[in-house]
Order: sequence, then C-alpha cells, then structure tokens
Amino acid sequence: MAAVDMTGVRKKDANVSDLVFKYMRPEHLPHIWCPGCGNGIIMRDVAQAIENLKIDRNNLVVVSGIGCSSRAAGYFDCSTIHTTHGRAIAFATGIKVARPELEVIVITGDGDASAIGGNHLIHAARRNIGLTVIVMNNSIYGMTGGQYSPTTPTGDYGTTAPYGNIDRPFDVALLAAGAGATYAAHATVYHVPQAIKLIQDGIAHKGFSIIEVADVCPTYYGRKNKKGSAVDMMRNQKENFVTAAQAHRTCRSRKPGKRP
Amino acid sequence: MGKTVLMQGNEACVEGAIAAGMRFYAGYPITPSTEIAEASAVRLPQVSGKFIQMEDEIASIACAIGASTTGVKAMTATSGPGFSLKQENLGYACLAEIPLVVVDVQRSGPSTGLPTSPSQGDVMMARWGTHGDHPMIALSPSSVKETYELAVRCFNLSEKYRTPVIFLMDEIVGHLREGIEIPESVEVINRPEPEAYHAKDLAYHIAEGELVPKMAPFGKGERYNITGLLHDASGFPTNNNQIAGELVTRLMKKIEANYEDIVQVEEAHLEDAEVAIYCFGGTARAAATAMEEARKKGIKCGMFRPITIWPFAERELLPVTRKVKRIVVAEHNYGQMVHEVRRVAGDHCEVKFVGKVDGTVITPQEILQKIEEA
Amino acid sequence: MSLEEAWEAAVIAGKQTAQSQSYGPEARGGSCKAEVIISDEKIGFTKVQHPTFLMALTQKSLDTYGQNLPEGCLVLIDDTLTAPAALNGYRVVKLPILRTAVEKVGKAMTANIVAVGAINGLLKFVSNEDLKSAVFLHIPKGTEAINEKALNEGIALVEGA
Repeated sequence: MAAVDMTGVRKKDANVSDLVFKYMRPEHLPHIWCPGCGNGIIMRDVAQAIENLKIDRNNLVVVSGIGCSSRAAGYFDCSTIHTTHGRAIAFATGIKVARPELEVIVITGDGDASAIGGNHLIHAARRNIGLTVIVMNNSIYGMTGGQYSPTTPTGDYGTTAPYGNIDRPFDVALLAAGAGATYAAHATVYHVPQAIKLIQDGIAHKGFSIIEVADVCPTYYGRKNKKGSAVDMMRNQKENFVTAAQAHRTCRSRKPGKRP
Repeated sequence: MGKTVLMQGNEACVEGAIAAGMRFYAGYPITPSTEIAEASAVRLPQVSGKFIQMEDEIASIACAIGASTTGVKAMTATSGPGFSLKQENLGYACLAEIPLVVVDVQRSGPSTGLPTSPSQGDVMMARWGTHGDHPMIALSPSSVKETYELAVRCFNLSEKYRTPVIFLMDEIVGHLREGIEIPESVEVINRPEPEAYHAKDLAYHIAEGELVPKMAPFGKGERYNITGLLHDASGFPTNNNQIAGELVTRLMKKIEANYEDIVQVEEAHLEDAEVAIYCFGGTARAAATAMEEARKKGIKCGMFRPITIWPFAERELLPVTRKVKRIVVAEHNYGQMVHEVRRVAGDHCEVKFVGKVDGTVITPQEILQKIEEA
Repeated sequence: MSLEEAWEAAVIAGKQTAQSQSYGPEARGGSCKAEVIISDEKIGFTKVQHPTFLMALTQKSLDTYGQNLPEGCLVLIDDTLTAPAALNGYRVVKLPILRTAVEKVGKAMTANIVAVGAINGLLKFVSNEDLKSAVFLHIPKGTEAINEKALNEGIALVEGA
C-alpha cells in the first residue's frame, strides 16, 4: 500500500514542536545525525506514540546501546540510559524485572540488535518480558563509517564489502517472532502514521514487542549503493513497501520484489 | 549472635549479600560459582527479591546494572572465563557510577583451564581487566565466616562509593564448608539519594567537599541520563577535554581519598617477625598453618593478609617491609601480587615467591620450605 | 556425603570444623571423597594431610585413598572390600555397612547413615544424641524413623563387633 491518507492522522497528532518540548530535551538538540537520516523521524514517531498513550515520563525508561541509533535515548526527557554495544536489551531486562511498573523502551540499530546483541534479542523475545524494542534498521554500520551489517542486502556495498556483500540479510522482526516475540512489526520512516500506530500498539502490548523500522542512511548506505538523495531513498520506500494483511502482526505475505 | 550453622562459602556469599540488602541477582551457570546462583534462586523469592538466569555472562552483568539503576541492590557471580566476559560492562558501571557487586570465584586458567580446580589467577584482571583508567575495589575472603562478612561489606562499599565492587573469592573458600554464626543484624549502607526528586537536576553534580554524586533511582521523577561516554555533571556526553579529565580523575580520587575506609588487612605475629608471609584468600589457610609450624621450629614468622585486595594495601605493607628480613609471597598463580609487594619492598627486604599453576592447592609445607630456605 | 552428618554433629558439639569434597565429574560416583577436619582449635589449612581416620565403601576409593596413610590411621571399610597391601600394619575395621543397610534397615540408600553410626561408634567424638540431631537436619521429612534405625544399626555394628 503505497498511498496513505495522512490528513486524518495529522489532525489527531500533537504539533511537532509541542512534542519536542513535551518529550524531548531541547537543550540537547539539534541531534547529531546526518542531514537526511531517518533516525529523527523514528524518534518523533516514538514521541507521538508516547503522547497518544499518555505515558507518564517519570515512569518511562528509554534504553539504547551503541551506534547511531543509541543517541536517541539521550534526547528523550525521561529516565534514559545509553549502555554498551549490543547490551541494551539485557540492561532493559534488569530494569523491567526489577521494576515491572516502569514502561521500558529500547531503541537500537540493526548491528546493535541483530549482530553483537542478537543473543539478547532472541532471549528477551523468548522470555516475553514487557519491553518494546524499536530497531532503527539502516542496513549499515553508520557510526563507524559504512561497514556492512547483518541486514545489508546480499550484493550491496559497504566499506568492508567492497565487492558486494556475500551474506544473506536478517529480517529482524521475523527473527524475533521466530524466537517467540508476541508482537513483531515492520514499519518504514516514510509511512509515518502507520509507524506511529505500530509503535503505539507495541508499547501497549503486554509482553515483548519489536518494531523494526526500515531507516534511510543517505550518507553511507545510500552513497555506497547509489541510492540517490535522502528524498530518493524515501521515495523508494513509498513505492516499494507494501502492507501485510495484518499490518501489526508478523505473519506477513511478501509480494515478489517488494519489501514488507 | 545467632545460631551456628554449617555453610559452604558460596552459600555464605548469598546469605551475606541478602543481609546487606541484595534483592536482585542475574547470572549464568559456571563452575565453581554456580552454587551462588542456585542459592540466590532459592533465597531471593523468599525475601521479595528477583532472580533471573540470563542467556550469557555479558547479559548477566548488564541485567544487574539495569536493575541497580532502579535503586535495587544487585549482584552477579561468575568464575574465570565469565569474569573475562564481564569486563566491558564492569568498566561501564565504574564510569556510570552504578553500585554493583560482581563475584568471581576464581578457578584455574587460562581459558577453560581446570574448571574445578582452585586458583588465584584473576587478581590482576580484577584490577585492570576492563579497559581504560578506572578505580576498583576488590575484597578476598579466607573463611566461610569472612565470606559472609565481606559480602555485606562489598555491598556497603559499592553503595557508599557508587562503584562496582569485586568479591574475589576462590574455589578453596567457595567450596569449603565451615560452621559459622550468622549475626542477627549487620550494618547496612545505602547509596546516597537526593533529598527530593525533580527533573533536570544535575544528575552527577558533586556537592562541595564530596567525591560521590547522589543517585536517584529510575522511575522516581529524576529524569536523567546515564551513559558510558565521558560526561559532564548533567550526565550527558561531552567532548570537553577538561571536563573529561576531571571526571576520570574524580573517579580515581573517590577511591584513593577513602583508602583508610576501604582497605583492611589482617596481621599476625608481626611484632617480633623476621619473616612475613604475604597471602590472601584461600591460600591464607595454608599460610596460617605454615606460620604456626615455623614458630614451633623457632623461626620468628608472621603473616600479612590483605582482606582488601584492591586498592593495594601498601600503607600497611610498607612498615612490614622495613621491619622483616624476608617476605614470602604465597599466591595461587604464577606470580601476580608479588610484583606489587616487590615494588613496595624495594631493597629493604628480600621477597620470595611460592605459587602454583597445576590446579593443586599450595600446602603449608611448600610455604614453610620458602621460609626456611637460606 | 556420609561424613556431612558427622561433621554437623561436631559443630553441634561446639567444635571447629572444616569440610571439603570432590567437585566435578567424580562427585557423581567412582572415587569421590569428602574430607573433614574436627578440632578444638582454630583450623588453618583446610585440606586433610594427615588423616587419623579413613572410611571407604567402594574398592576403587579404597585403592585410591588407602595409600600413604600416616602411622596410626584407623581405617573403616565395608566388609565386601579387600584391603590393599598398603594397609598392612594398619588397624583396619571391616563392617557389613552396605549389607546392614539393605538387610536390616531395608534400604540401600541408608548406607551412609549406617556408616555415620559406625564412625561415631568407633571414634566416639560426639554423643549419640548430638549425632541424631545432626542426621535429622539433613534428611527429608517423613524419613526420621528409617534414618534413626539406620543410625542405631550403625552404632550397634561397632558395639557388637
């Protein structure tokens, strides 16, 4: 589903600048991400989902690991903890088990969640502890300068894949679902209203939830793979992503040549 | 005092930890520390605490740190290989100043080594295992009774100074069973908390004349940031070199300046000693017997046992090195602390070493032999 | 570990004790061992170097640990075992510990408690009352009667010998 009627959704949403002042730490903005990076969109999606659910910031903990995605935690005005590479979900497990009444959201990246932190991801999914994991999947290691990650498509280029990536990529949401996640979803940075809804439902879900958001990295992944500008990459998401019959469930059917 | 009970060192560690207020344990099974996880799994639910077996050693320490941020006293325990795996997050807890107790029941290494055999080969890893400059407190018990007492002390020091404390046990003490009297109550220190909770406070603000910031638990309204990056008083990352340098310096200073409070040693028969045995942990038991045997033979032998392994007890050791003719360092490794002892001793006394790396324990006879060697 | 009860009894009697045992795969059978030191004084080195008493219930453990014992060490073995040549000149007491557990008590599992009774019968290091209290600390509820019988049979083995 490429075309989305966003007018109705927009009316319900808070004004963007209101969101910034309500849920962010403006003194730490602007963020460090490159022009055209999708991380800021995802961060805003999360803030909107929190607003829609009326979550008390004093009761909210945002946990991140290492990488571009990890800087998101510090921008939220709640209890935030920027941990070590790959371990955000393990730290978050300790927080949630010690204080189950807290709302705990993990913001992670494709390398953080599915390479160095892959073990923690599948075990948190298996335990079905009430964490919400948002994966900013930009298909590349951005912070270190464009190395291929576990979600880089086969054949694509990275600084450590100068002849093309010979590995197959993970589908992180499906991986988590296979490990027992009771809520797993795919979203994109282009399809904002759907992403907000999916994140909102994920947070509201009792049990482990994961929302893998297809991100855009024009600086490294885009440039290495001739994907054009940030706008071109967003347009690519608009034209090539489809919804599944049940958009917020994992049992999805893929259309040939399209990414869910 | 309470009644005398029989207990294994590993069990005493858990009982002491619970007495100190430990209410969260995250761990992964590994010999010879597993009984600590097993006893925690039994005992914590009885005191409204939480136990979780994590997917690996790294997750265990990460999970314990996470729990500690919510104001809960947390512990993880492991042995050699697992201690290696925990090092990165140990440094995280040092820098982010998260109270935490990490138990290492040492076994023979390197690598998988001799998993069921005793060793004291992790002494230097306890000090310098994680990368970068960082402070470290490590305590080492030599009896079941002391294991209980020091487990309490580990938590107290960790809370007081907002720093991870390593409980450096060894297989000898971990698996030793002795009768101990469980005290009816113990002195418990809790982390310094801010008086009121309101957002936007400077989370790592240091009050005038102090070195340890107060710590608000997550979820009580103090919406602050914790990071493993060098940070300013607000808890946010900084690239300001002056602030970065001041932070690392303060972390070191908060332990150095409290040396007297942290360092404990046991001294025996040093008044007239010409020879002193330097020993710690389980090896101290063989040393005590060796000292008695030596004195029976008319040798003026004493014993110096650091209970606090790190910081190194050099203020107490220094006068000993100026008094005795010889120090015999007995440690269950190829020679680690002996270098520290030599540094302090300089040319003032002879330093001999007795160690072992074959998995068997150091015997009193082996120590006695070094004492008697001309 | 059958020595555990004996050791617990010593603690009840107010003595200093230290116990360690085989750890690792051998603890599940074969030549596993438990070492106990009972003393009126503070215990330094916690491993047994000069045993005053050795008990073995299997031939393998007897062959392994029945070597190089100090002079005067008392050895208690099950009467199904053969004392190795290394034990010539030692006082070796053979008692039907395993058979007593099976035939008189009615449960092979109680052999360790029979052995505890026999050990105290020989060494008399604690009162039989303290020994009974110690045994009761280590057994599942509901098995008091059978264990008490096992203990008494063990004591009787020595007194009848």
